[in-house]
Amino acid sequence: MLEERVLAIQDVKVYFERRERLIGRKTVIHAVDGVTLVLGRGETLSLVGESGSGKSTLARTVLKLNTPVEGAILFHNQDIFKQDRRQSKAYRRRVQMIFQDPYESLNPQSTVFNAVTEPRVIHGLASDRSEKEEAASRLLALVGLDPSTKLYRYPHELSGGERQRVAIARALSLEPELLVADEPVSMLDVSIRLGVLNLLQTLKQNLNLTYLVITHDLGVARYIGTRIAVMYFGQIVEIAETDELINNPKHHYTNLLLSSIPGTENPQPLAAGADVDFSYSAAEPPSGCRFHTRCPMAQEKCASIVPKLTEIANGHFAACHYPLTK
Amino acid sequence: MTANPSTRGQEGDQVLDIRNLTVSYKTESGYVKAVDDVSFTVNKGEILGLAGESACGKTTTALSIMRLLAPNAVVNGQILFDNKDVLQMPEDELRNFRWKGVSLIPQGSMNSLDPVIQVGKQIVEAIRAHESVSRADAWKTTEKLLSSVSIHPTRAKNYPHEFSGGMKQRAVTAMALALNPRLVIADEPTTALDVVVQKQLLLVLRNLQKSLGISFIFVSHDLSVIGEIADRVAVMYAGKIVEIGRKDMVLKHPSHPYTQALVNSVPKVFGNRQLLESIPGSPPTGVWPEGCRFHPRCKFVFDLCRQKEPELQLAATGCLAACHLVSKTDREEIVLK
Amino acid sequence: METSRSPSELKREFSLRRASALSGILHSRRAQVGFGIIIVFAILAVGAPFFAPFSPYMFPAPGRPYAPPDSRFLLGTDNLGEDILSEIIYGGRVSITVGLIVAFLSTGLGTLIGILAGYYMKTIDEVLMRATDMVLILPALPLMIILAAYLGPSIRTVILVLTVTSWPSVARVVRSQTLSLRERPFVDSARVAGASDSRIITKILFPNLASIIAANAVLMVTTAVVGEAALDFIGLGDITVVSWGTMLYWAQSYALFNGAWWWVVAPGVCIVLVGLAFVLISVSIENIFNPRLRSA
Repeated sequence: MLEERVLAIQDVKVYFERRERLIGRKTVIHAVDGVTLVLGRGETLSLVGESGSGKSTLARTVLKLNTPVEGAILFHNQDIFKQDRRQSKAYRRRVQMIFQDPYESLNPQSTVFNAVTEPRVIHGLASDRSEKEEAASRLLALVGLDPSTKLYRYPHELSGGERQRVAIARALSLEPELLVADEPVSMLDVSIRLGVLNLLQTLKQNLNLTYLVITHDLGVARYIGTRIAVMYFGQIVEIAETDELINNPKHHYTNLLLSSIPGTENPQPLAAGADVDFSYSAAEPPSGCRFHTRCPMAQEKCASIVPKLTEIANGHFAACHYPLTK
Repeated sequence: MTANPSTRGQEGDQVLDIRNLTVSYKTESGYVKAVDDVSFTVNKGEILGLAGESACGKTTTALSIMRLLAPNAVVNGQILFDNKDVLQMPEDELRNFRWKGVSLIPQGSMNSLDPVIQVGKQIVEAIRAHESVSRADAWKTTEKLLSSVSIHPTRAKNYPHEFSGGMKQRAVTAMALALNPRLVIADEPTTALDVVVQKQLLLVLRNLQKSLGISFIFVSHDLSVIGEIADRVAVMYAGKIVEIGRKDMVLKHPSHPYTQALVNSVPKVFGNRQLLESIPGSPPTGVWPEGCRFHPRCKFVFDLCRQKEPELQLAATGCLAACHLVSKTDREEIVLK
Repeated sequence: METSRSPSELKREFSLRRASALSGILHSRRAQVGFGIIIVFAILAVGAPFFAPFSPYMFPAPGRPYAPPDSRFLLGTDNLGEDILSEIIYGGRVSITVGLIVAFLSTGLGTLIGILAGYYMKTIDEVLMRATDMVLILPALPLMIILAAYLGPSIRTVILVLTVTSWPSVARVVRSQTLSLRERPFVDSARVAGASDSRIITKILFPNLASIIAANAVLMVTTAVVGEAALDFIGLGDITVVSWGTMLYWAQSYALFNGAWWWVVAPGVCIVLVGLAFVLISVSIENIFNPRLRSA
């Protein structure tokens, strides 16, 4: 069962400095605060968390859009922040990203043709126009769009679902092996979402891809993910295989999340102790376990010692001093 | 329209009675219909969920109840509140109706709080704009209102940026309650909220319903949220109501293919992993298809659907659904759920 | 269902759509008026020897001094008896050319500085913006006087001063647009695809800035034409060369005492017309660059 390790995130910390303009004081935002994660070939890891938890920042860091202040990210055992120019460019061919906002992630001045051929042009892989057209048509067909009507359209002429498909085609144009999807369907109409999710599933199987999917929607996380990792305040609090995490949560935050899911099929009673007036933007990280200020089970130890992510059951990790037992 | 337990409660139990509401917008290129012959009632103390995707007309419906549509909107039909037609009300009656009879929590209103005025003050201003009470009395009322939405009264002196997203939404809810309305329309109140905060807001609304007997129209595209909070559900598509009835019937045993497809296309967290089917195409904007508006995307489509628009008819579940399948004699063969 | 078409057919169709949309901007009344005026002046300027009845530097002068407009001198004569219409036509060459050169140089310089400052931010931004601020503070007139004294009054000096005092405002606008553009996801998307900084600046940011740059550039022509006239008017330009501004310079001393109102009105009206034309064009510029407006 030895999976090939595609991505290894090792104790990565990403901090941002924000200066209060009037006061002149600098505040440091601990967006990602010590995350360790491993991605195996062919799996889909769903990274869930509320807005502000740091999941998007982590995703962007994998794509080298942010630089960690500490820690390393290894892609096939190569540290991606210690690459030279050539290696960095090669990395971009193997790891790609799908963004959340299907309109904003496409250049409004570029036609669909340009959008899906640009990456190959950048890497010197495209030759003449007819070759480019052929490649573009193939890519569009792959994502379920008709090239004969869409090839020379501008993004604003397409619907949200179509734009997202173009974004996927663009990401696939370099034939990557790892795809990071940041909230791939959250800005799409409800009836369109499933189509795009199913497309992603099909592509993964046919093209032998590995996915890291960022989402705040546990339903999406469950549907598409083989494993789910829960982030809170810049740290991973729990990881497990999908069904195991949903049926058997060990961390109190996971439990709180699951019990808050709306709908009458939710078997969970509402977890206690949610500090509903909590907001990431106003808060500085609490000492010890980040969740201790809201946790119904918090003890002295929780306020002082940061719990490590430990294996509680087979493949099921949680960072808690007093994990749930069911 | 015939009286039907799904669209109407018993006479006298109703808070709002909307009849044949049609809203069009006058544009340079002609009239664009947003809402097409919509009728439903809201009963005392109930939460009616108005579900649908973008451009289905649910927000326009909500705004038309308050007569807050753009000047180029053309409204037909009746909106009856206390047996008076809101659409015909003169200015002074309308002022009385708004905020005191029915109030609105608009979409994104949590971000529309004035950032330079204390939250409590904004509520006080809202109260005093409609009733002549002293500032002191208004403050007392404000503190009570904030408590009712689980905000500690001492926070009344805070500014909006000191509130979290969930708190702002609850503050705006408190404002909507300021004058004891009988009905509150909430337009996508949980859309920008995280799931934990969302749950808390839903509990607050449920509490208000129980303790104060307030009715709600809860507009949302999120079916699970509607499933959690609503008593009755109306599903809108392309300007029309396609299904309306009791929540558990509409969401668990839908009679309209769109409702069924929508319910089935939402990835669920709990329960069996169903084989989810996506709906081809996308919701129409502007130009509506001929015949049944859903027919290009419907997997049960047959000839009549392309020619004739279906009326709302009584289905086996007791709900009303606008689908030709409902009246087909062999409908039992067509298994929807 | 639409029939399948080959990509080259689609490309042809697309080019046609774009062309027709571009020509569509001419449907705007404002654009029509603006372009109309420009075309008239451009033709006159280019074909000056052809259109002007006389040379403005004739010696001896063709007419009586201060002659009012008549059939021979359509706009009258100046204090030396030179034909004002000819002066207008030849003068237009100078004024418009200076306007265009200044607009081109200042917009080019301002854009370059603005993009670099906005894209790289931090130190580069600080340095460039301090430089911009310092230039912004320089008052045009004293600068002009000093430079005129140093370099000698000439058209080149006028162009230099106008360019130097105009580029900072362009730089600021472009910088702020760049700052907001660089945060948009499609820039990240380009970076993720492997685009280098230079590619992002030239192929991604610049096209999206084109609309605002072009609009600014066009307005700059107006400012430059008026600015040139103003500088000439106070005698800081080369007063031996005929331009609308120098005409006003001479006119201010001689025209009004001698009742030669045509000498003042003619160049004034031309400056206003050309300025107005470019303003009208700048308003419809967006139609060229905004893909939403340019596709069918």
